Amino acid sequence: MKVGVIVFPGSNCDEDAVAAFRDQFGCETVKLWHKDNDLQACDLIFLPGGFSYGDYLRSGAIARFSPIMQNVIDFAAKGGLVWGVCNGFQILCESQLLPGALLHNDHQKFNCKNVFIKANTTESLITSNLTVNTALQIPIAHGEGRYYCDEANLLKLKSNNQILFTYCDANGNETDGSNPNGSLQNIAGICNEKRNVFGMMPHPERAVDTELYNTDGRGLFQSLLASFELV
Amino acid sequence: MKFKAEIDVMPHAALLDPQGKAVSNSMPNIGLPSIHDVRIGKHISMELTADDDAAAHEMVETACKKLLANLIMESYSFTVKAV
Amino acid sequence: MSQMQPVGNLATLEQATQLGLRPEEFEKIKEILGRTPTFTEMSIYSVMWSEHCSYKNSIVWLKTLPKEGEKMLAKAGEENAGLIDIGDGLACCFKIESHNHPSAIEPYQGAATGVGGINRDIFSMGARPIAQMNSLRFGNIENERTKWLVKGVVKGIGNYGNAFGIPTVGGEVYFDDCYQINPLVNAMSVGIAKVGKTVSAIAEGVGNPVYIYGSATGKDGIHGAAFASKDITEDSAKDLPSVQVGDPFWEKLILEATMELLETTDAVVGMQDMGAAGITCSTSEMSAKSGTGMKVWLDKVPMRQAGMKDWEVLLSESQERMLVVVHKGKEAEVEKIFKKWDLTYAVIGEVTDTGRVQYFMDGELRADIPGESLVLGGGAPVYHREYKEPRYFEEINKFDLNQIADIDLAAAPAVAKALMAHPNIASKRWVYNQYDSMVGTVNQTTNAPSDAAVVKVKGSNRSIAMTVDCNSRFVYADPFKGAMIAVAEAARNLVCSGAEPAGVTNCLNFGNPYNPEVYYQFVYAIKGMGEACKKFDTPVTGGNVSFYNQSSDDNAVFPTPTIGMVGLLPKGSKHMTLNFKQAGDVIVMLGQTQNDLGCSHYLAHYLKVAQSPAPWFDLDQEYNMQQAVLKLIGAGLIQSAHDVSEGGLLTCLLESAFVDNFGFDIQQTAGSRLDAFLFGEAQGRVVVSINPAKLADVESLLNRLNLSFEKLGTVSANGIKVNGVDFGSTANYSQIYNNSLASQLN
Repeated sequence: MKVGVIVFPGSNCDEDAVAAFRDQFGCETVKLWHKDNDLQACDLIFLPGGFSYGDYLRSGAIARFSPIMQNVIDFAAKGGLVWGVCNGFQILCESQLLPGALLHNDHQKFNCKNVFIKANTTESLITSNLTVNTALQIPIAHGEGRYYCDEANLLKLKSNNQILFTYCDANGNETDGSNPNGSLQNIAGICNEKRNVFGMMPHPERAVDTELYNTDGRGLFQSLLASFELV
Repeated sequence: MKFKAEIDVMPHAALLDPQGKAVSNSMPNIGLPSIHDVRIGKHISMELTADDDAAAHEMVETACKKLLANLIMESYSFTVKAV
Repeated sequence: MSQMQPVGNLATLEQATQLGLRPEEFEKIKEILGRTPTFTEMSIYSVMWSEHCSYKNSIVWLKTLPKEGEKMLAKAGEENAGLIDIGDGLACCFKIESHNHPSAIEPYQGAATGVGGINRDIFSMGARPIAQMNSLRFGNIENERTKWLVKGVVKGIGNYGNAFGIPTVGGEVYFDDCYQINPLVNAMSVGIAKVGKTVSAIAEGVGNPVYIYGSATGKDGIHGAAFASKDITEDSAKDLPSVQVGDPFWEKLILEATMELLETTDAVVGMQDMGAAGITCSTSEMSAKSGTGMKVWLDKVPMRQAGMKDWEVLLSESQERMLVVVHKGKEAEVEKIFKKWDLTYAVIGEVTDTGRVQYFMDGELRADIPGESLVLGGGAPVYHREYKEPRYFEEINKFDLNQIADIDLAAAPAVAKALMAHPNIASKRWVYNQYDSMVGTVNQTTNAPSDAAVVKVKGSNRSIAMTVDCNSRFVYADPFKGAMIAVAEAARNLVCSGAEPAGVTNCLNFGNPYNPEVYYQFVYAIKGMGEACKKFDTPVTGGNVSFYNQSSDDNAVFPTPTIGMVGLLPKGSKHMTLNFKQAGDVIVMLGQTQNDLGCSHYLAHYLKVAQSPAPWFDLDQEYNMQQAVLKLIGAGLIQSAHDVSEGGLLTCLLESAFVDNFGFDIQQTAGSRLDAFLFGEAQGRVVVSINPAKLADVESLLNRLNLSFEKLGTVSANGIKVNGVDFGSTANYSQIYNNSLASQLN
């Protein structure tokens, strides 16, 4: 699988994503500069975390108009795989490749810590190998991560099984106390209706390296690689 | 009497406005390269009760000075109308 | 050689005084120039001869600090930041700097621009920052202004550091009334460079172009000069920003452009970031260092506002700007990179061989000064200040432990809970959760907590450990011993993490140097620091001095020489953690219980005894004890290591128990006072836990090293027991410890 990690001005988890795909999982990985209109024949486009354009105005609002985003939108429309984490998720929502928006955390503070999330379904490329309802310890680091969408979109997300991850406690229970930002129904990650665009606030790429003593994120990458080989 | 106040809080002209600068620089990306010098502040609206127009003004002025604007960084202006 | 007379009004003595120059300094300037300076020239001298740029009141003593070491790649003062060899062809570049006074005015921007400045110091040397730390001190936490300052400073550090994308991996936060007016905000950055690929702040090669890049220049930080210039009106005064605004997004672009410039071209001759005194400082320091000169056309500087005067451009402290000297002929390569990153840039000058910095505007010469005369080590003044022993020492010397009644065992749990709730001891998670501590995927302490932060160096098999430490109450009580303790504690934190201490950067926060009692604190703190740094073989690679930190009109803050220390975990070495691992493990304290309560939190904050001596400390014992800890870790004999510091032994044990919710059962050392045993802060002690099967090996190793130690008890599944008395469950204490700061600040 060839992976393209987009570098927007202000992206700062791009190197972490490259390290995860290339060094941990052996994928051919290239960086894609936001001004280039070229996805370099990648199989997966990854939008990394960070503060694209300083997160000024709204997170992701300016990056959405970077030249490369038109290519990403066309790529996704043709069924290409697109995965956004943290700021990447925010950009995908601003681009309307994913429904909803990421609002300021309910407590109005940036928050970086380990949290627990669980897969709600195995029906997606990044959750196919995970065990549903089992807690994974994955870090978050964001100030605008409160997932919100209107009633109609929420119904659609649920009926199409598009909610991939929810915040939970260590035992896999979705409690109010385990919701770190006030997200609607503890939503931590979703996919689009066609199931080729994925977005999530937690950072699985920060939980893949044994030298950092937490590898709970590896399952997402393994799911993706395993299911991609089957396709 | 009831009043409605509309308040604008803006970064001081002499200060760098990083947000405005980033938005200015992105205008070419949406095909509007001739827009420049964007500055971004806050708009605040509020309702209040006061004896008269002067008292309402004073109240809003105090709110701006004490809380709504950081006078080291920002300036404010407002209008007050009876409703 | 006859010099051209620069165009501009001549400066007066009155203006010079207003700008903080002393009459004799004004005379010296006239002597150097052979004429009366213009207002612009005098403004240049006033900033270059300020304490911040010239270290005129501190350099005599700073020079006594040890600078030599086999791992040192650059001596203190030679470069913008310290540089040590970490092996594998890599160098570690690190520095700490204060931003105290700006943070007192506007905590959010003050702290943010402090973070920006220290990171520029690192990457302008060609090192990519990989981790940040900070040391923060505030007044009483119950005071509303303190809460405002804490929230602003933390948000400022967070928003800047998080967007810049370098993890904040540790630090310290203290609250004490002496910092009520003047908080301390010290920021540290640590970067990695390839040996031989670092850049110096030099301006060599006559005819080479000088670029400014980054942000445009505005009227930031020119208040003093503006008022002295007298052509200020009420309106123009209103336009003068009293704060500088930081833009972490722009800093990130500058970082990437700078790294690309250095990694993909060989165009760079030298570079320096612009901090205090802006263009003046970077142009004069770079040319003076190379013995060259520089011509600078100020009207070519990209400006944020129209109509700026020559001295405004020269003195502006607008953030996120860099100066780079480029090999002639390589302009296109360099400009291509600036354009790629959408940075503002311009050629503003060229290197000359005149030895003078010459500033032009509108085709006229506006200032013409020998560069050497402006800088530290050149013509900048050097003063020997008077000092005398502070009178308050008398009060401290009156302290008598026998006047303090020992505590009952039954009363101890309440004291322990009060200490857990004290903001100096309680968990700082309310603060550090606002910092991105994991970006960069190098932080090894997130899931394996240790006394120092441990960070993986990508592209090598090694890690570096780092810490910032200073218990300023100790330094206040005894500047010499207190500063030694600050160094010892920093080394101890590194050692407890399994790292060998390698080098020090210091941030010296003191009061007014013209007060002989304050200067005494400074002199003796430097002496103590030097002595300890020699013992631990940790040369001082650089740092920063911040004077005039006042707690009131008369009093200074506690003398606070913050130590930033970096250590190495070589290939294959063990990262040691602080948490207990298994019930039944034996708890041993290296070092000895002392009947000492000096400057302890228990004494100062619980019993409210403000004046007491610094605690027990012995430099040789400390060093030997630390060497023993390293040997125990190296031999794989211990499960955890945690040093005894703020709050004393009981706090230390609780912190080791909290992480995985263990308990402990300990017996008081025979012959000790219970208060001193549980809460005393005597130095030279580390608590380790040991698998019982390895206890004999540990004992024989420690006996062989002739090191005192005490067997305290064992790790238990839960609950605290002292002398057989049940102190309650671990959770009783951890809940207080974890939630106290949030409940006091929210």
